[in-house]
Amino acid sequence: MSSLRSKLTNHLFLAAFSFLMLYPVIWWAGASLKKTEELSLPTLWPSTPMWSNYWKGWHFSSEYTFAHFFSNTLLMELGNVLGGVATAAIVAYGFGRLNFKLRGFWFSILLLTMMLPGQVTVVPQYILFNKLGFVDSYVPLVLPHFFGGGAFFIFLLVQFIRGIPRDLDEAATIDGASVYGIFLRVILPLLKPALVTVAIFTFIWSWDDFFAQVLYLSSVDKFTVGLALRMFIDQFDIQWGQLLAMSLLSIFPSVIIFFLAQKHFVEGIATTGLKG
Amino acid sequence: MTAETATGTGMEKKQPKRKRNHTGATHLAGYVFISPWLIGFLLLTLWPIAQSFYLSFTEYSLLEDPVWTGMDNYAKILSSDATFTKSLSVTFLFVLFSVPLKLFFSLMVALALNKSIRGMNIYRTAIYFPSLIGGSIAVAALWRNMFGLDGYINQVLAWFGIEGVGWISNPDTSLGTLILLNTWQFGSTMVIFLAGLKQVPQELYESASVDGAGKVRKFISITLPMLSPVMFFNLVLGIIGSFQTFTSAFIITKGGPINSTYMYAMFLYEKAFKHYQMGYASALAWILLTIVAVLTIINFMASRYWVFYESDGGKTK
Repeated sequence: MSSLRSKLTNHLFLAAFSFLMLYPVIWWAGASLKKTEELSLPTLWPSTPMWSNYWKGWHFSSEYTFAHFFSNTLLMELGNVLGGVATAAIVAYGFGRLNFKLRGFWFSILLLTMMLPGQVTVVPQYILFNKLGFVDSYVPLVLPHFFGGGAFFIFLLVQFIRGIPRDLDEAATIDGASVYGIFLRVILPLLKPALVTVAIFTFIWSWDDFFAQVLYLSSVDKFTVGLALRMFIDQFDIQWGQLLAMSLLSIFPSVIIFFLAQKHFVEGIATTGLKG
Repeated sequence: MTAETATGTGMEKKQPKRKRNHTGATHLAGYVFISPWLIGFLLLTLWPIAQSFYLSFTEYSLLEDPVWTGMDNYAKILSSDATFTKSLSVTFLFVLFSVPLKLFFSLMVALALNKSIRGMNIYRTAIYFPSLIGGSIAVAALWRNMFGLDGYINQVLAWFGIEGVGWISNPDTSLGTLILLNTWQFGSTMVIFLAGLKQVPQELYESASVDGAGKVRKFISITLPMLSPVMFFNLVLGIIGSFQTFTSAFIITKGGPINSTYMYAMFLYEKAFKHYQMGYASALAWILLTIVAVLTIINFMASRYWVFYESDGGKTK
């Protein structure tokens, strides 16, 4: 009896807390359909939903629609994800499996860079990209992902690779595979679930990496969704309903990817669970 | 004689290596595999660090060559720049409140979520959701509207007869609003706590129950010590991350009102990319790096007294 009661309290508490956490998002969805006069009312849902907020917001800029900004951002993301996934796996295999001189030293440097505040490198990086003529292009945003995808992901994959039994490598070595062959045929296929994680987080984090975007992109033609929203906010007379509508749309790609991936995670856990 | 002994030791050194016959090849392969990171590190991290250090002693506007000015930037920042003092104290205040708040909050939530009941996945997703979108400019826009003078928050307060203020336009509450937004995004910290909780061996709780320990006792004597390495990890990265807060201040409050949310990262950004004082901004970056490094070292030294590692062997030092 008491365990049933404690279960019920748990459920009640968690449901209430989830609701509290999600409440701003629910309010957001309602507000995106409100007229300007209605926005300051505490009601959750507007009396008459203004679907035109979405249409007008989509076309708020006289030159471009949000379709343009979305395709810009997705193009940038394609480069980021490809670069990150491909190179992080390669580098992680080097650190996780191969013995080479100064490996420990380089690995501690890698861990140390995770703690380095970005402010220290941003000015010289900007100067470098400026000298190379890459400012106001996607190169400064995409290129860094091709250098291992970031210390955090390399670390994550190294941990994962260390968990793969070495017997598999040894069996492949006996079959005459080189280290490159082992990487391609043994490790890489097993890394797949971890690489999905890398891809998802690269996507979500670069979508939100406003600092780099505001720093390197200046012409409206190349604007990402985030920069377009900022242009929206900086207007003289903000149409809040339209702005909130577009903001809500802007989080959709990340949210969709998160939910798709969650299913993937669940499946991955389920299959390994069956085996073990 | 000396030449002979030299070659002699050389031979001796080579002998054990010969056991693995493709040592040279794996050395090379190792460097081939880590080369993407290594090149990136040298080009986009190490070289910029060195250049930033050099630039911090110069005056540089991007258009002309840097002019060496010695300690001038540092002297000016530390002695007569009121904005520096203001932004540093704002940032310290932000770190001081947001880091412990986030740690406490995410630990509490992780404890609540670390139960095996049906539908837990749904709760986890719902609670993680704000963190998924939290850093984006979209949420900054939402926050700006909700905490406005006639925004949602004040309307709700009015129900309870409380007259709200313009949370963002009032210098007394603006920083608090940003701290609250930061706390709302506790998800990744919470997930790390949750992973830590899952690794606490159940036997410990069971044997404690046999000894008659209550819930509070178990939490203090088992959960907290076992979680301390995770807590330490979150604390170190939390402090470093909070010192670099940018988007929320940049979009929601624009550093105002009267610089009450003028975070250090924003100050540095404006010095470098609005006023094009690259040398000055580099000096600011090195001061930030020094502060963060000192705090991190203190953290590591203090960790000896409170971080508990299960075994001396294995992965820890």
